[in-house]
Amino acid sequence: MTEILFFIEVVVAGLLAGTMYSLVALGFVLIYKASATFNFAQGAMVFFAVLSFVGFMELGLPFIGAFFVTILLMGLVGFCTERLVLEPLLNESEDTVLMATIGLGFVLEGLAQAAWGVEVRRLDLGIGDFPIQWIIDSTGLFISALDLTAGVVAAGLILGLSLLFRYTKMGLGLRAVADDAGAASSIGIPLNNIMLMVWTAAGVVALVAGMMWGARAGVQFALVDLALKALPVLIIGGFSSIPGAIVAGLIIGASEKVLEVYIGPYFGGGIEGWAPYVLAIFFLLWRPEGLFGEKIIRRV
Amino acid sequence: MIRQYFISFTVVLASFLTLVIPVAGAAEETQYFPIASSRVGPYSAMGTGYYGAQIDYLNYINMNGGVNGVMLTWQECETEYNAVKTVECYQRLLEKDGQRIVVFDTLGTPGAYAVINRMAEDEVVLAQYGYGRTDAADGRVWPWVFNAASHYWSQIAVKMKFMAEQEGGIENMNGKKIVHLHIDSAYGREPLPAMRKIAQDWGVELVEISIPPPGLEQQSQWLQVRKEQPDWVTFWGAGSGMNSTGMTNAARVGFPRDRLIYVTFGAAEEDMFPAGDAATGTYAMANALPGDQFPLVNAIKEQVYGAGKGNLADESRIGSVYWNRGLGAAVMWIEAIKNAQEMHGKVGKAVTGAEFRDGYEALNMTNERLEEIGIMGMVAPFAISCENHEGAGKFAMMQWDGDKFVQVTDWEAPLEPAFIRQLVEDSAAKFAQENNITSKQCS
Repeated sequence: MTEILFFIEVVVAGLLAGTMYSLVALGFVLIYKASATFNFAQGAMVFFAVLSFVGFMELGLPFIGAFFVTILLMGLVGFCTERLVLEPLLNESEDTVLMATIGLGFVLEGLAQAAWGVEVRRLDLGIGDFPIQWIIDSTGLFISALDLTAGVVAAGLILGLSLLFRYTKMGLGLRAVADDAGAASSIGIPLNNIMLMVWTAAGVVALVAGMMWGARAGVQFALVDLALKALPVLIIGGFSSIPGAIVAGLIIGASEKVLEVYIGPYFGGGIEGWAPYVLAIFFLLWRPEGLFGEKIIRRV
Repeated sequence: MIRQYFISFTVVLASFLTLVIPVAGAAEETQYFPIASSRVGPYSAMGTGYYGAQIDYLNYINMNGGVNGVMLTWQECETEYNAVKTVECYQRLLEKDGQRIVVFDTLGTPGAYAVINRMAEDEVVLAQYGYGRTDAADGRVWPWVFNAASHYWSQIAVKMKFMAEQEGGIENMNGKKIVHLHIDSAYGREPLPAMRKIAQDWGVELVEISIPPPGLEQQSQWLQVRKEQPDWVTFWGAGSGMNSTGMTNAARVGFPRDRLIYVTFGAAEEDMFPAGDAATGTYAMANALPGDQFPLVNAIKEQVYGAGKGNLADESRIGSVYWNRGLGAAVMWIEAIKNAQEMHGKVGKAVTGAEFRDGYEALNMTNERLEEIGIMGMVAPFAISCENHEGAGKFAMMQWDGDKFVQVTDWEAPLEPAFIRQLVEDSAAKFAQENNITSKQCS
């Protein structure tokens, strides 16, 4: 295996891993767009959604049935969150809502484990996580079908969500709420409904992200920690940008792999846990709002 | 009037004492145990099985009259496999109703390191069942700490012996390459002193690659493995997520699973199932073999679970790797109490930490004794002494066949146990010197 081919493989693997990070980051972006709050519960939502999905399948529901029942469940989670957490905090500061999402995360983690148990589950999507032979034969690169599927799913989600927010009434409402919730409410935009829809959409994104990660690593509690992988993606891409989440995911994925493989050995290895944060700090210094984030100008 | 009251009071008091004192005198003797469990979080599969078995066994002992009549009590505290919370739990569990714990089991190296320096002062035995600080096997420096049955340095030596056998002998190991792929923590690096030494002696090239926790993303490490093209990979992971991801990543880079050997804490069914077909062929080490064919396992199933007192929510996990390992650990506690009662003339009475320590140090689990208990074959026979807190230093190799573990070797010791023991003694002596510890005389 030549050095250049190996480098290409590292970069490609990183880009494909990056799409998996982007999937998680998308959920954060949705909530941030609507409430300007970093949703600390997103990692727990990923875990809750996919564990419920597998749980429903264990109860005998077919794949599609379990998928839609889980979407309904995530809608219910969104509804409860909106009514029990967000509505009472409507006029509170963003920091208060942020703290509430931390609490919500713990509640979801506990609920998921209480309802479905703590055993690690296998999730078979019927997509192999083995290298595709014809790619090996033609390029010498080891790329798995699951990686490629994750890339396609991420692309589909970004396209769908972008269209939804750009060309639908809900999207228009969301943008108005994000811009100025008070003003949007005063012109009759139903704030509650918008929030409910956004949280449900974030739930669906969490489910899809959880399915992709669960297929690789098993459905288990460690999925909660995926939020840590999404944070530098959001810092670089901008908290409110869907394309930003994708582009930053690719940047983080590729750079962390290159850094780990080529620089990591000089630091004793294992640097990809913190290297993305170092990268994010550089981006913060250069572009605090992120690559695609909205530049906030405040009068002082 | 006063006299009347006095007489009435005396009568009432006498009646009370007559009724109550015999009852109090007949109150059963109890021995209190801490269960520092990890039932939630990334390590829950390990915690529910291991600690579930311990509680099941304590229940089983109680249902059969206790330890020479001493009934067992316990209290649980959730550590989430977190070292800080382990210390909190240790503090919380240390005493209950005036009775102090005699043993503590963290089921994890980080937690063990967090409490290890308190053991001597508190007179509590730290029972590291195949985990934790390796040089604690030198009982002269660590009189309150044990790592039976068998520590990480013996484990890595047994693994390398297995590799040598597969390669046709030690002479064929010269020039081979081993990648030690480990979680980036003290636990992941624990086997390295022994591994480096053996690799150097055998002419093996050792490549150390670390994975940052929680280890769900290992692509770059496995790409390095692919680049290195090693003959063997030893995987030292923690948590089912990291362990199963290791195998799926091995499959992604086309690394053969029958060249991949997992540590005991990656050697459970819960680590294998999530990886699906990618797990098939993977080797894993056992210090307690799985299986429900052992008489004690069946007896617990019948009596404890039959009475609805079982601790596992999913009874199919009885006999699984972690459950059997927890059972092995709990059996040692009870044997130690029996020893302590006999050694200190306290049969039928609770023992203190110091007495329990003596009983633990006197453990002699021969095949005959293991057969009497009903776990012969589940663990290797071993004996502990004042000097040697490890025991047998033996492990069995298993291989995952896609559905279950198949035992592929008998209980094996390192090729040169004396060499491993010397490493332990050197390390312990260094620690003793650095910390001004006077070694205990064991003669």
